[in-house]
Amino acid sequence: MMMTRRQRRWGLAGSAIALAATALFILLALAALLASQPATTDGWIFSAYTFRILQFTLLQAALSTLLSTGLAVPVALALARSSHFHGRLWVLRLMALPMGLPVLVVTLGLIAIWGRQGWANGLLLSLGASEPISIYGLSGILLAHVFFNLPLACRLMVSALERQPGESWMLAAGLGMNSVSVFRFVEWPALVRILPGIAGLIFMLCVTSFTIVLVLGGGPAATTLEVAIYQSLRFDFDPPRAIALALLQIALTGLVLALLATMRRPEERISTLGGARIRFDGRTLAKRTWDTLWIAMAVAFLLLPLDAVVSAGLQADLGRLVTSAAFASAAATSLAIALASGLLALAMSIAIVRGRLTVAETQGAGAGAVAYGRILGATSSLVLLVPPIVLGTGWFLLLRPWGDVSRFAPVLVVAINALMALPFVVRVLEPAMETHHARTARLTASLGMSGLWKLWHIDRPILMTPAALALSFAMALSLGDLGAVALFGSSDFVTLPWLLYSSLSSYRTADADGLALVLGAVCLILAVVGTSGQDSNRSRRAAG
Amino acid sequence: MTRTLPFLCFLSTFAIAYPAMAQEKTLTIYTYESFTAEWGPGPQVKEEFEKTCACTIEFVSVADGVALLSRLKLEGQGTGADLVLGLDTNLATEAKATGLFEPHGLDTGAIAVPGGYDDEVFIPYDYGHFAVVYDTQAMPTPPKSLKELVEGDPAQKIVIQDPRTSTPGLGLLLWVKSVYGDDAPAAWTKLRDRILTVTPGWSEAYGLFTKGEVPMVLSYTTSPAYHMVAEDTERYQAAAFSEGHYIQIELAGMLTTSNSKELARAFLDFMMTPAFQNIIPTTNWMMPAAPTSEPLPDAFNRLVKPQNTLLMDPEEVAAHRRAWIDEWLTAMSAR
Repeated sequence: MMMTRRQRRWGLAGSAIALAATALFILLALAALLASQPATTDGWIFSAYTFRILQFTLLQAALSTLLSTGLAVPVALALARSSHFHGRLWVLRLMALPMGLPVLVVTLGLIAIWGRQGWANGLLLSLGASEPISIYGLSGILLAHVFFNLPLACRLMVSALERQPGESWMLAAGLGMNSVSVFRFVEWPALVRILPGIAGLIFMLCVTSFTIVLVLGGGPAATTLEVAIYQSLRFDFDPPRAIALALLQIALTGLVLALLATMRRPEERISTLGGARIRFDGRTLAKRTWDTLWIAMAVAFLLLPLDAVVSAGLQADLGRLVTSAAFASAAATSLAIALASGLLALAMSIAIVRGRLTVAETQGAGAGAVAYGRILGATSSLVLLVPPIVLGTGWFLLLRPWGDVSRFAPVLVVAINALMALPFVVRVLEPAMETHHARTARLTASLGMSGLWKLWHIDRPILMTPAALALSFAMALSLGDLGAVALFGSSDFVTLPWLLYSSLSSYRTADADGLALVLGAVCLILAVVGTSGQDSNRSRRAAG
Repeated sequence: MTRTLPFLCFLSTFAIAYPAMAQEKTLTIYTYESFTAEWGPGPQVKEEFEKTCACTIEFVSVADGVALLSRLKLEGQGTGADLVLGLDTNLATEAKATGLFEPHGLDTGAIAVPGGYDDEVFIPYDYGHFAVVYDTQAMPTPPKSLKELVEGDPAQKIVIQDPRTSTPGLGLLLWVKSVYGDDAPAAWTKLRDRILTVTPGWSEAYGLFTKGEVPMVLSYTTSPAYHMVAEDTERYQAAAFSEGHYIQIELAGMLTTSNSKELARAFLDFMMTPAFQNIIPTTNWMMPAAPTSEPLPDAFNRLVKPQNTLLMDPEEVAAHRRAWIDEWLTAMSAR
């Protein structure tokens, strides 16, 4: 028995509270929406149209997931191996940027490189191509999805590889393993444990993709379920249909996630002395060239569109922009919302992961306990699939009888943003907490350590780094997010993305470009703070 | 302008403003976000109207006209609005069907919009014609008719908006329907080769256009005025189409549930005066619906003035919108 009864009770109670809060938040919204309107659905929900967009939704999401995770593997391996490479940490920080930028900003950046008049076509035409290549269609959607999700996958994979105990690399070097063997016995086992989780997350993100699909899809042949949900709540104002479509989306994606979950293997319990992790492999010229090539390609792929965003932003009258009152209040609102939702997501994720660890720990756990563990895992993932439109509409209806909904707006936006960040945060924290627990639980239990003392002396030094990373993930997500804020956005409650879109919708493109640059800079700062622990780890390692 | 903010239009149906705690009378106006932006007409309109009454205007802004209607449907009889400003003719029938609007009972003699608009419930405050705006640097000779647009060189692309999610998108759908009638699907099939992509809202499409990705975009005849006045460039111009241009008329109306009906009526009256109309052209970038006391900036004289205004009966639009969108989907998705 590795947990005291007290710890176990806390693990179960905390996760139960997190689970109940999440479920209530979603179910109340759905119930309010269903109760509000008589079923007015005219026309079949499961029409040929629905079937066609369903097909397309799943196809593009599956391909996007495959490409994003597949291409992330060599990049992550190269990054993990190149501990000697000085810019490495900055590459990882660069990878945090796409997530924190509004989708439209990134899309316009991608078009500046890959579009009809883009840089890539300019190069091709000057090389003698007769016609510009067009990315509009499935290829454009895939390109954008890889741009957003490859960095995400990469960062999670690099973390997994870095959790491998230093002994593994020493042993591999001692046994004189070649790179194929290292991959087979050390790297692949580390990756394969987290691949289903990463793939599931990316799959969900791509299923619910909206702006990218419409802007880069080239026409209505490219339509996702999310578009149909939005459509049914917009001109048609048909809540029952919207909910039916949302449930269809949740059910089908849930099926895919369940399939992926069966492939997930628990984190291996390897004991380690916790010594320095030094990579001895990958020092041959060929290997180094190979790694450099992959890293360079990934960096170029990410940097070029971001560079387009930056250079457009520098054209703006930044001085006037950042000194305006509207900017100051929007920035303050954005940061407050991001911090609050980040912390909430972190707290809920810790509770959920502890609950799962407790269940996993319970010897001879009954079917009920196993099911509870599964439900915890599923809930933390599936929240991504509930469209914010549905949540917002439901809560609007619920809160109206209590007067002015605007008083609740900040709380609701924080709650929705925190929920949307949950799957990311859990994926960053869970493997780290699992490994940490496996390594320290027996020892701390036998020494009778518990409570705050254990938290400070045993957990903090190890879990601080993943927690900071998770928090920066969640905050970046919340910063770039427009959806939840737009639910309650008004002249008194304006965030940076809202200000950006507001400028864009009034011809003020230059201001919007400037705001995009500012958002990017804030995300970079967050990424630097979020990875600062890794910096000190690295210097310790270098010193050792 | 019922500019569509990208993928948040419906969402901000729930945008809220704080009702005033002031002692004096308050007029709560639901409108769209670009009306109340610091550079929009809202701040000036508020200042001007408050001079004429011992009252305070409270704006509650949502993303656009469609979001306004959804917001009203959600709130029903419990709505906090005294007045709604920012619906358009395509939404008028559905808005009336909510039973929330009350006839204004005002003399609308000052109103002059092309094609005429007279309604006992809604009063126009501005209008604009949809138009293909083109980049003179990338396209020296624009199409001169919808027919030329449909049948022109497919290598010269245009970006349009999705009628499922945006009002300009719906506008183009109705424009093509007005001109081509039953042949609309064939026209769409033909035009499809020219369409670079279909965006969820106006902002994305216009962003692609000003970034130079595409030489033509569906927007308004008044769009070039912004570039001429605010950016001092003649680069972006609207193409005049010989078949005529589809019009978007923006409307305001008062609610039966209002506690300040006198104030609401006074505002509607004020809306038809030069004090209000003078503000519209260079803040909302639309044409005034009633006389102004100051001449419009010179740029407005150089805009395309459609000889023929197209507008479908709102009832007909409400009845056929879904069928026509399905028709559009089929024509645009067929392999």
